[in-house]
Amino acid sequence: MTALTALIWRDMRLAVRVGGGALMGVLFFLIVVTLIPFAIGPDLALLQRIGPAILWLGALLASLLALDRLFAADHEDGSLDLLLMGSAPLELAVLAKAAAHWLTTALPLVIASPLLGLFLNLDTAAIGAVALTLLAGTPALTCFGLIGAALAVALRRGGLLLPVLVLPLTVPVLIFGVSASNAAIVGPVGFGAPFLILCALTLASLVIGPFAAAAALRHGLE
Amino acid sequence: MPRLVVKRLTCIRGFRPVFDDINFELQSGAALALTGPNGSGKSSLLRLIAGLLHASAGEVRLEGAALDRSIGEQAHYLGHLDAFKPALTVDENLTFWSRYLGAVAPRKSAPATMAALDSVGLEGLGSLPAAYLSAGQRRRLSLARLITVPRPLWLLDEPTSALDASGQERLTALMREHLAGGGLIVVATHGPLGIECTELQLGQPAPSPHSPSKTGVNALSSGEGWGGGSESARTGGTPTPSPSPQGGGERLSVRGDRGAQA
Repeated sequence: MTALTALIWRDMRLAVRVGGGALMGVLFFLIVVTLIPFAIGPDLALLQRIGPAILWLGALLASLLALDRLFAADHEDGSLDLLLMGSAPLELAVLAKAAAHWLTTALPLVIASPLLGLFLNLDTAAIGAVALTLLAGTPALTCFGLIGAALAVALRRGGLLLPVLVLPLTVPVLIFGVSASNAAIVGPVGFGAPFLILCALTLASLVIGPFAAAAALRHGLE
Repeated sequence: MPRLVVKRLTCIRGFRPVFDDINFELQSGAALALTGPNGSGKSSLLRLIAGLLHASAGEVRLEGAALDRSIGEQAHYLGHLDAFKPALTVDENLTFWSRYLGAVAPRKSAPATMAALDSVGLEGLGSLPAAYLSAGQRRRLSLARLITVPRPLWLLDEPTSALDASGQERLTALMREHLAGGGLIVVATHGPLGIECTELQLGQPAPSPHSPSKTGVNALSSGEGWGGGSESARTGGTPTPSPSPQGGGERLSVRGDRGAQA
């Protein structure tokens, strides 16, 4: 346990110090959300209707930003070798890195989403629903992203490949995240069913992501 | 007491045989020096032992140690990359690895890292970001990691590189101390180390991918700092394992494809 908390703290420190972590993600999120009204025009009713989808897309893209360096940086400076030689199973070490990544990049997005919801003319209930679905759904984005990040380690210039690998995996999360938000705003389906499926996706990804990423890292050993 | 056993180990990288049929045993308190030209597989052998590469054939065992742990969990690997983050301070880097590799409690780790930094000559640099360290200082910091977490097997890949004279003396002292405590060392090196060690010379790399390498293990020698005896073993073609001056005798049995002929 000491080993894993140490790993979480180290990664969080690095994310805060090196930059490209919390603030960059939020700024990117802000820019994406700000650009949409310029593209579709100042139609407040339309913005209100597609607001949850815009917030979800923005968060999805922003959460991919720092992902390609998650294992590549550790691979380049030799840390990955030593992480493999620790007494903690690699799956748990990978999960610890995912937790640190979620805390430093995804959680700020969740916190910023109510403010950006105001930009899109969302009412209070909708803002609450989007923030809640983001809170429940972003761990799944991080964990599916782990798989792409681990695969990108073995490949040179894998950073470009990463979104191509990861984004298809995140489609179910996007569908149920947005439909739960919309259900809370306009109905006719209840908020509960899609939200519970979203939570189920997150729980499944918490298991699948670390195991698949650890397998990819072990396979990529050279 | 731990004992490292390597049996019929074969390594193929990129469809090219690096070495095949390597056998040796290393007793507790003994050191093995891997020598050979560039590309002969010294680093590959170390990474294979550490579990960082998959062996094509053969096995590596650490006997007499904790059964529920892999060799990698009981070994320190000191490679060309030092695994320190430039953005973190020297202290933070070392504390992280002592906590990750050794599960040292945060309360106890501070005095241990201080002592380790002192013993490698980095005292007073604890709060400096690792980005400002020179190559030799980074190497010393890597040595500090070996001390903070006790593990029986040390796998060192050219540990003397970038170290100055006093750094090499400290390295020698650390290795002597580790061996005296019953530890094992496997070290890839191009120069003398100043410790009593057996030498395992890895052969030339195979010239083409289609001719399988039959140059597993060429010569075997033993002695303090590789004296004249080992020179003749390497160049004369008649490997006569000379008994160690310290009376340790021959600890190592090396058997290549064609025996121990050069």
